[in-house]
Amino acid sequence: MTEWFAIVMGTSLFVLMIPVMYRICKGPTGFDRILGVNVIGTKTAVLLVIIGTLYERVEMFVDFALTYALLNFVAAIIVSRYLNRTISLKEMEAREKEKGRAKA
Amino acid sequence: MDSFLTNALAVSVEGGNDGFLLLQILGWVLGILGLVFFLGSAVGMVRFPDFYTRMHAAGKGDTLSTMLMLGGFGLVTMEDFSIGSWLVLFKILAVVLFIYLTTPTSSHALMRAAFEDDEMPMTEEDLKKANRKDKKKR
Repeated sequence: MTEWFAIVMGTSLFVLMIPVMYRICKGPTGFDRILGVNVIGTKTAVLLVIIGTLYERVEMFVDFALTYALLNFVAAIIVSRYLNRTISLKEMEAREKEKGRAKA
Repeated sequence: MDSFLTNALAVSVEGGNDGFLLLQILGWVLGILGLVFFLGSAVGMVRFPDFYTRMHAAGKGDTLSTMLMLGGFGLVTMEDFSIGSWLVLFKILAVVLFIYLTTPTSSHALMRAAFEDDEMPMTEEDLKKANRKDKKKR
């Protein structure tokens, strides 16, 4: 009974991931894509717990799920930090030089 | 404590070593509720017109559905009240707490990155323009 519940939950999770995959493929901006990747990554943590229930080794798979959630969070933060650099590095260096001159 | 809980819940056992019926039913209800919220999140990500509305659907639905589903599976896997199963339940609750803290944080960071990158929210005029284009195509 538990096995069937886990199988049905896992399959419906996979089916519901398809619209999110569509958004990742089509998404007009890069932010849409990383948002979809974030959603799928969070759902993968759930899927790992479901797989653990099927193999009857939840205590091992829960650790994987925790690691996956951590990795997903770090990836989202880093990508958002990377994408919001609104000025280029050269401009930044030029500004630093100007500041130095103004001080001197 | 262990024996008390076991005796209290043993009334609802329905044969076999398949766990406690009460906890199982509660876990199923939580899991199916999580699926409903994830359905809303997925539909919102496809149907909404601009980035910020999609962020609204994804951020809220994703957080709540993940927490509900993980909690449900934590209850379903609780077969006996031994130390091991308590440990698994606490680990799953730790994952739930972690997701409760991090998913809103990451969606906030993404939203701020998009706003600083001059991604403008959709206004009423944009909607009218899009509708006109659709009519012309037809």
